[in-house]
Amino acid sequence: MATDTKVFGGRPHALTDAPFTYCPGCTHGISHRLIAEVLDELGVEGRAIAIAPVGCSVLAYEFFNCDGIQAAHGRAPAVACAVARTHPDAVVFTYQGDGDLASIGAAEMVHAATRGDNIVIIFINNAIYGMTGGQLAPTSLLGQVTQTSPYGREVARDGHPIRVVEMLSTLEGVALAQRVALDTPAHIREAKRAIKRAFENQIAGKGFSIVELLSTCPTNWGLSPADSFTWLQENLLPYYPLGVYKEIDK
Amino acid sequence: MAPKTTEKATEKVLMKGNEALAEAALRAGCEAYFGYPITPQNELAAYMSKRMPKEGGAYLQAESEVAAINMVYGAAASGVRTMTSTSSPGMSLKSEGISYLAGADLPAVIVNVQRGGPGLGGIQPSQSDYWQATRAAGHGDFHPIVLAPSTVQEMADTIHIAFDLADRYRTPVIVLVDGMLGQMMEPVALPEPGGATVVEKPWAANGHQDKRPHNTITSLFLVADDLEASNRARFARYEDIKRNEQRVEEYRTEDAEIVLVAFGASARTSRTAVDLAREAGIKAGLLRPITLVPFPVDAIEARIPQAKAFLSVEMNMGQMVEDVRLVVNGRTPVEFFGRVGGIIPAPTEILAAIERIAGDDACAKGGDA
Repeated sequence: MATDTKVFGGRPHALTDAPFTYCPGCTHGISHRLIAEVLDELGVEGRAIAIAPVGCSVLAYEFFNCDGIQAAHGRAPAVACAVARTHPDAVVFTYQGDGDLASIGAAEMVHAATRGDNIVIIFINNAIYGMTGGQLAPTSLLGQVTQTSPYGREVARDGHPIRVVEMLSTLEGVALAQRVALDTPAHIREAKRAIKRAFENQIAGKGFSIVELLSTCPTNWGLSPADSFTWLQENLLPYYPLGVYKEIDK
Repeated sequence: MAPKTTEKATEKVLMKGNEALAEAALRAGCEAYFGYPITPQNELAAYMSKRMPKEGGAYLQAESEVAAINMVYGAAASGVRTMTSTSSPGMSLKSEGISYLAGADLPAVIVNVQRGGPGLGGIQPSQSDYWQATRAAGHGDFHPIVLAPSTVQEMADTIHIAFDLADRYRTPVIVLVDGMLGQMMEPVALPEPGGATVVEKPWAANGHQDKRPHNTITSLFLVADDLEASNRARFARYEDIKRNEQRVEEYRTEDAEIVLVAFGASARTSRTAVDLAREAGIKAGLLRPITLVPFPVDAIEARIPQAKAFLSVEMNMGQMVEDVRLVVNGRTPVEFFGRVGGIIPAPTEILAAIERIAGDDACAKGGDA
């Protein structure tokens, strides 16, 4: 009976067997897997160091088989900067959500980018704070209802959502600034290519690379996983266009 | 424990405290320095920026105090001997990172060249961060080791001790000095280069190289029992620190009836005041804590039977005096004399405080005189 079984997948070596702590239907599982596949393909798990944020992915260091450091809220780029500068052969990446990276960690993000720190930032943008229960994020859309914008995001009070990769693409230190999405198989394949390019940049010493992954949060969006993808396509994609905003040597 | 000096190294050079500390840190094996400009510690960072590249280490002026301490956290987590320096307002910003260092049991050295506060305060010397260093270095149940040198020479010697203690006990160590010590020049015999203590750090997150399971550095414990166990383990280490690491210098205390307690810059003028008091026939002595954490309770306890009074002399409104009172616990009077705002207590005004206490004591005793 088992003779007909063909294994197409399996867990990448760079992922541990620790059960994910993410909600059902959330895209963190996809992005973790893509990173792990890239670490496997590049053969760099042994010299990789993951910097985990504060937020839903606070336990990311449990899920990646490489060494890991948990950072204070927003400080992952500063932590990564120091690890990269003291261990030039290390492959250092941060994994940060929108609140962590673009709000409380905005200064650390901008300065790591402008210094051209030789690190990779994987930026999970789902336009909401997940772990704390669905508050207004720096990337929440105008009109978006959250726990702390119960009447919708208003420009007069909350300002405009921030486009991170566009902003960082203006900085000289940036080697790659790209936005991808995790809503369709084609987009997911593109996301993996982007993540791989980011890590290849770092291995080649090209400096700072950021890949923004438009992601879902079914729990705090109040939608089913399937409807979440539709919401992403109808709302996030128009405001956050996919594409390569900066790539050196291209 | 004190770093070795060779005959050649005992040649003295004239250096600012901030620079002597920086050079000694390099000789103690500091591999990474992260800072941010603030007066009166700027010479320290400037010195590091000049020397660190030649030593092959990492120097970076961070975008903020917060980033600098989190860079220290990253370097420490990956097993590197690392430090930062700042002055009082910067210390408040660093408290986030210091708490994370403590929570993740990471060794690092933080130098605070104190200035007056609160708020922006002033830029002149102060000891008003005593409570912050010993009680409130960050959120959560922890305290760092706190060292308080009082000469440029001692600043140079202390930094090596600070790194060694940080590694041995896996804890952040604060070196608490002030603008006077940071800025003044004194002859100093620098420790021998290459005398750094090498400590194995098998816990470090520096890449497993496919040779061991992955290491993780975190201060997160979501299960209450685990977090309690982590706190209890840390406080068990604090008990070892209390037992093993109390450091103090005593001056003319053998027969002292009025025992001054002072650290850092105020200990220097207190020492002169002790001599003046002795010339005036008052048996005064000075007990100078070198470790503020662990507080030298044993040395103070030993002087209680002979002491008619303790006098805590500080450059603040009265902070360490509370620790002296905790040790003395009502068994003998504990007085305070302090100046603030950047003013260093003069020996003559300390003497006046000593004479007042001595006079009160004489009155109390000679009731029918």
